[in-house]
Amino acid sequence: MIRLPGGADLELALAVWRRNLTVYRRTWVMNILPNFFEPLLYLLGLGLGLGAYLEGGLEGRAYVAYIGPGLMAAAAMNGASYEVSYNVFVKLHFARLYDAYLTTPASVPDIVLGELLWAVTRALMYGLAFMLVLAGLTLAGFPMLTSPTALLLPLALALTGIVFALLGLIFTASIPVIDLYSYYFTLFLTPLFLFSGIFFPTSRFPHGETIAWFTPLYHAVRLARGLAQGPVGAEHAVSALWLAVLAAILFVFVPGRMARRLGQGEGPSLGGF
Amino acid sequence: MGEPAVEARGLTKRFGALAAVDGIDFTVERGECFGFLGPNGAGKTTTMRMIYRATPVGGGSLRVLGHEVGRGENDRAIKRVIGVVPQEDNLDQELTVRENLSVFARFYGLRGDVARRRIDDLLELAALVEKADSRVQMLSGGMKRRALIARGLLGDPALLVLDEPTTGLDPQARHDLWDRLRVLKRRHRATLLLTTHYMEEAERLCDRLVIMDRGRIVAEGAPRALIERHAPGHVVEIALEDGDGAEGGAAEGGGAAAGPRAAAVQDLRDAAERAEVLSDRLLLYTGDAEGLIARAAHLLPERQALVRKATLEDVFLKITGRRLIE
Repeated sequence: MIRLPGGADLELALAVWRRNLTVYRRTWVMNILPNFFEPLLYLLGLGLGLGAYLEGGLEGRAYVAYIGPGLMAAAAMNGASYEVSYNVFVKLHFARLYDAYLTTPASVPDIVLGELLWAVTRALMYGLAFMLVLAGLTLAGFPMLTSPTALLLPLALALTGIVFALLGLIFTASIPVIDLYSYYFTLFLTPLFLFSGIFFPTSRFPHGETIAWFTPLYHAVRLARGLAQGPVGAEHAVSALWLAVLAAILFVFVPGRMARRLGQGEGPSLGGF
Repeated sequence: MGEPAVEARGLTKRFGALAAVDGIDFTVERGECFGFLGPNGAGKTTTMRMIYRATPVGGGSLRVLGHEVGRGENDRAIKRVIGVVPQEDNLDQELTVRENLSVFARFYGLRGDVARRRIDDLLELAALVEKADSRVQMLSGGMKRRALIARGLLGDPALLVLDEPTTGLDPQARHDLWDRLRVLKRRHRATLLLTTHYMEEAERLCDRLVIMDRGRIVAEGAPRALIERHAPGHVVEIALEDGDGAEGGAAEGGGAAAGPRAAAVQDLRDAAERAEVLSDRLLLYTGDAEGLIARAAHLLPERQALVRKATLEDVFLKITGRRLIE
């Protein structure tokens, strides 16, 4: 038995992870296709379509190369976010699976860690599939992955996945009804997607850069672009650290919030008496 | 080994102003089947949830299988040795029966061949071998409940907690489950703890039980002993109709105005050792059932009367003045 900080047990967390893998293997065709193709369509539509009209490219690179790494970060964000939103909500409230898990030696931190590991797995699946597309385009002559530091991209994608998995888990543990996810996706993730420097520099708007600095996708995009195309500088280390610190802070809070939702805190149980 | 399976002293749980469990004491010995009988909202499930560590103890002390529950520091150790069959069906609908058991086997540290053998044994015990690779969605209510029991037994628990194990099942599935639980008790010597609002279930399965009402324990003992103590002998049950004069303490206020049958009802009540008036029935507790039913046939020939043995339902009625299932 491997005990982790926060009291989680890796064996028990992996049992949760394996359960998700079992279900996913059965439904991946339905699940992976739309989620994975969305950023790919942006890459083709905007990168090759709109990009053709932007003759000078952006910041010294072809437009499709400018948006490629950021869309890869967004793919990781989406992979994690879809997992920890609807899927976890259903297990929490409708299927009452966590109530069942908690009657075994598993505890809330084990379950949270298991879901987190699975969300990161999906973030990596999406991110790495996107990276393969970028690698293929690089071979086809598009300067997508041009720096040796691109080998570190999987780490950046995992970090991106962890941050968005934890943010999504906090939201999931805080909402009483499933309909509220439209707020999370439309008013939180979509603005991040548009204004984090994927499609144009954040400095396009007054204070844009300053505001974006305080949001997670900005750092995920900056890190991905730096590692993919170089040159890597101090600002990329800052972004990696920024994401890691946010992940560490969120990791402390998520189990407690989830425990309260599961009637294990001091408040009344949602399950009745 | 001599230590009780569960020992509660002054156990309490409040939700806001409501005392769901209001300072109860009980002791469950190892190897027995111990029941919590009471209507919905009596505090049975909350008590179970404190025992199987789904909710913190509100107050008082609770020991489970030798572990002090306290503030939850022994939860993992406690949960390793108890199995839980919850009231609601929380099987994983997206998995097959076998996959459900595999996931939970890992929670109990079982893997590989050990897990496979244990799962095969339990599928057999639950008579689900043929359904092992079916999605849970495809199972009947009785099969789902058996799958939940199999899941609860994965960790080879010293204590199995069953919360309303047959609620929602049809009578046939209910009797089938009772048989299986009796086999389980006989063969595996596990301690069983169950809640129910079916007095028949409590009578058939439990060695001892407590009756709960509004967060408190109102009676405790073996089912037969409880009946002997609180509702000895037989019950003559007479179907009444509106205007028969049994309402509101019968004769005192009414006299002739209460209807022609009021005097007959009062006569029968006086002849019994104790009487209870329900909305549609008169219950007469007596040591002389034959004499009383002959008298009823004479005084109220147009009303149906029958004799039956007293049950836990009668005990509950006597103690609380209300029926178990409203």
